[in-house]
Amino acid sequence: MEWETVIGLEIHTQLATKSKIFSGAATAYGAEPNTQACAVDLGLPGVLPVLNKEVISMGVKFGLALDAEIGMTSAFDRKNYFYPDSPKGYQTTQMDFPIVGKGSLTIDLEDGTKKVIGVTRAHLEEDAGKSLHEDFHGMTGIDLNRAGTPLLEIVSEPDMCSAKEAVAYMRKMHSLVRYIGISDGNMQEGSFRCDANVSVRPKGQKEFGTRTELKNINSFRFVERAINIEIERQIDLIEAGGKVVQETRLYDSDKNETRSMRSKEEANDYRYFPCPDLLPIKISEKFVEQVRATLPELPDAKKQRFVDSFGLKEDDAATITSNRDMAEYFETVMEKCGDAKLATNWVIGELSGYLNKEDMDITASPVTAEMLALLLTRIKDNTISGKIAKQVFEAMWKGEGKDADAVIESKGLKQITDTGAIEAIVDEIIAANPEQVEQFKAGKEKVLGFFVGQCMKASKGKANPGQLNQLIRDKLK
Amino acid sequence: MHNKTIAELAQGLKKGDFSSEELTKSYLERINQYDTELNSFITVSEDHALTQARAADEIIAKGNAGTLTGIPFAQKDIFCTNGIKTTCGSKMLDNFIAPYDATVVHNFNQAGSVMLGKTNMDEFAMGSSNETSFYGGVKNPWNTQTVPGGSSGGSAAAVAARLAPASTGTDTGGSIRQPAALCGLTGLKPTYGRVSRYGMIAFASSLDQAGTFTQTAEDSALMLNVMSGLDEKDSTSVDKEVPDYTANLNQDLKGLKIGLPKEYFDEGLNADVAKVVEEAIAEYKKLGAEIVDISLPNSHLSVPAYYVIAPAECSSNLSRFDGVRFGYRCDEPKDLEDLYKRSRGEGFGDEVKRRIMIGTYALSAGYYDAYYLKAQKIRRLISDDFVAAFEKVDVIMGPTSPEVAFKAGEKSNDPVSMYLSDIYTIATNLAGLPGMSVPCGFSNNMPVGLQIIGNYFDESRLLNVAHQYQQTTDWHSQMPEAFK
Repeated sequence: MEWETVIGLEIHTQLATKSKIFSGAATAYGAEPNTQACAVDLGLPGVLPVLNKEVISMGVKFGLALDAEIGMTSAFDRKNYFYPDSPKGYQTTQMDFPIVGKGSLTIDLEDGTKKVIGVTRAHLEEDAGKSLHEDFHGMTGIDLNRAGTPLLEIVSEPDMCSAKEAVAYMRKMHSLVRYIGISDGNMQEGSFRCDANVSVRPKGQKEFGTRTELKNINSFRFVERAINIEIERQIDLIEAGGKVVQETRLYDSDKNETRSMRSKEEANDYRYFPCPDLLPIKISEKFVEQVRATLPELPDAKKQRFVDSFGLKEDDAATITSNRDMAEYFETVMEKCGDAKLATNWVIGELSGYLNKEDMDITASPVTAEMLALLLTRIKDNTISGKIAKQVFEAMWKGEGKDADAVIESKGLKQITDTGAIEAIVDEIIAANPEQVEQFKAGKEKVLGFFVGQCMKASKGKANPGQLNQLIRDKLK
Repeated sequence: MHNKTIAELAQGLKKGDFSSEELTKSYLERINQYDTELNSFITVSEDHALTQARAADEIIAKGNAGTLTGIPFAQKDIFCTNGIKTTCGSKMLDNFIAPYDATVVHNFNQAGSVMLGKTNMDEFAMGSSNETSFYGGVKNPWNTQTVPGGSSGGSAAAVAARLAPASTGTDTGGSIRQPAALCGLTGLKPTYGRVSRYGMIAFASSLDQAGTFTQTAEDSALMLNVMSGLDEKDSTSVDKEVPDYTANLNQDLKGLKIGLPKEYFDEGLNADVAKVVEEAIAEYKKLGAEIVDISLPNSHLSVPAYYVIAPAECSSNLSRFDGVRFGYRCDEPKDLEDLYKRSRGEGFGDEVKRRIMIGTYALSAGYYDAYYLKAQKIRRLISDDFVAAFEKVDVIMGPTSPEVAFKAGEKSNDPVSMYLSDIYTIATNLAGLPGMSVPCGFSNNMPVGLQIIGNYFDESRLLNVAHQYQQTTDWHSQMPEAFK
């Protein structure tokens, strides 16, 4: 039988606020356990939540970026359950009135087509703390630093039909939240993680199959693997005459398998009800417009503009605009050097290579956009060749010289454009290689390359390749 | 000295008749003398009080005193006090010392008041007789066989016996007004949102409101002046200017329209109590008020709606008492579930458990619409009744409690009959309105309270209406013989 897969994702992204959603404690990652948890985060008796208004702006910003409905009145509810890292015994979240309603996100598929994935809603909520099971001799340690960190939970429609589509959606969403500056998207630190709802059904069947929920996956690679392994498990199970049970499953990346955490029967009755400590949030059209004014150019629009006005190829534009910092870096280089092709090649090629090798963010690059632009300008005005430019780039990367001109100057890499000087080199090489001269004269064009190479070597790469070529040709005639 | 009001004591302090330290010592002595019997305090903070009193004396000497500077009072043990135990009447918090002050506590500290100690109360403010306290029941000074009412029973008994000139309380369904009535005091529950709830241990967040027990309405006004106002730490506190609540006290009551809801004088009301209340209303007529018969048609739904909403909120509010971070933890838990079950099972008393279970049930899947949502709709209807009534009248009056103080143990095994003690007070909380109870006579030698309900943020008028009555009657200044 042929099967088709139905996938929906719930993405949890931590919002990049300085303080927590309902308290003044800091949200910075990596502090000593429980040093960033105040009385409110600890859920001490008598304390009350006070909403950090920044999360509302961020939620609205996200909604506008998705062109989604904005919850002009949104409200917080309590989701009740007991767990040691949930200090109040409930999570404050948004159930009936989320900050963002229906919207959509368009993803690019591998075959070059596009697909629109529906976004059901996005709501604000507080993150839980962490339970630490190691180093406590059979006991559990609780770190409440993360408790109360603001989260935006983005719920998709079950519109994806393969792990690849799910990853494409997740990547696009990841790019978007970073673009609009509402999250750092750091997946190692758990700032961006997802739950995947997966089911299979015979191809053509209308009803959904029974779904399982894969919890807390925090990398693109694991999402793809986890979904694929789960699809396989469900199909195997059904084909062997079994039934998929609605349950929550955990993906074990070491064993590359999913296993059951709890079934629907064991699931908590969360007893949602409106949080009586927080008033509903009413926002005005004016506020929405103020937030809209802070929206940057979004990835899709930026990509299209790069294609239309700079003549970039679609896939190059997509690569460059997938990261807002890279896009901005590129645009600065582009504006200053005026050569789209050169800028594209250097940003995607040389620069990205160095960044990847050192696992460095583009914003931390020792070669700034201005420095790269000047370097490319020096290629264009024939001060140096492309090859020499790589040396200059490396030197700048290592911090030698404040800009390309300084490096070129101090290392004496300036291209020799003085015809006399080049002529002298050419004459010398021709004189030293009579055999090759004969071969060229006999019609062996290939030998020209030998002369160019020798001359280039003799000039330490500083001769202008075009000029050199012409000169050798003239002399050999 | 102990039978004086706050206003009188403030005069004495100002004139130098006595110091705050002397005053504080005299109350501490009375507590020492009488409270073994009454059990109105859970914690007496003697050293803390004397330190505050001496500091107040310095302020007074410099001439910088406010009205409450140097005035001793008792704090209900539901308000968190930095460094001093806060139990909420529960074994669960028998070891809990908050690292912060409730806003109410902070406000009294700023005013230079002297906190004598923390008063006994029904566990987590759940009760109408003070019998659910882990620290034992409190005796009513008017007859020690009877209860002082609840949940703020300790606060009421302490002031009734003049172990403190005034005290704070909280009122979720009548927990200030009912004990005030049963102990012959002036009790005030302000409008929801008037006083910050920060640091006040939550029972039912949408209903809880802090208020006062005093001898007079004037004293209530002085206390409210200090307690009220917007608090950034409480999102439900209201940004509304705090007037001087003493400013309107002396206005006459000519033309005041008093609404008498027929539902508050039904067959559930003790005939003797009814008679006393009617006499009080007759007194108001003499003061020039006009009596208007009104109806609050959904009154009979207030107790059932309340006993869905309050337990629902409490079931969630009390989830944080899990034995993990603070408070009571069972011995040798064998795993997480055991830790939860035994810490909560052993730490909470029966009434608290009963309400957690009712609330959990009311919120559970499949029952939410039938109970919680329905109760919220009824709540709206009850509020609408009041809104309609206040278009016709300025204040609403009736009995505070259907009967005078009952005997200890009489209702403790009959929760429904206990819940009906608050039948006339609960609707006010559901609507969020301010209410008072004012002493208006005796039945069987036990005090009777007149309830006065006002419109939203109309505390000034309530206090004026109560104060004028207290100018022509002396019920409020009587005190139990045994404690004179």
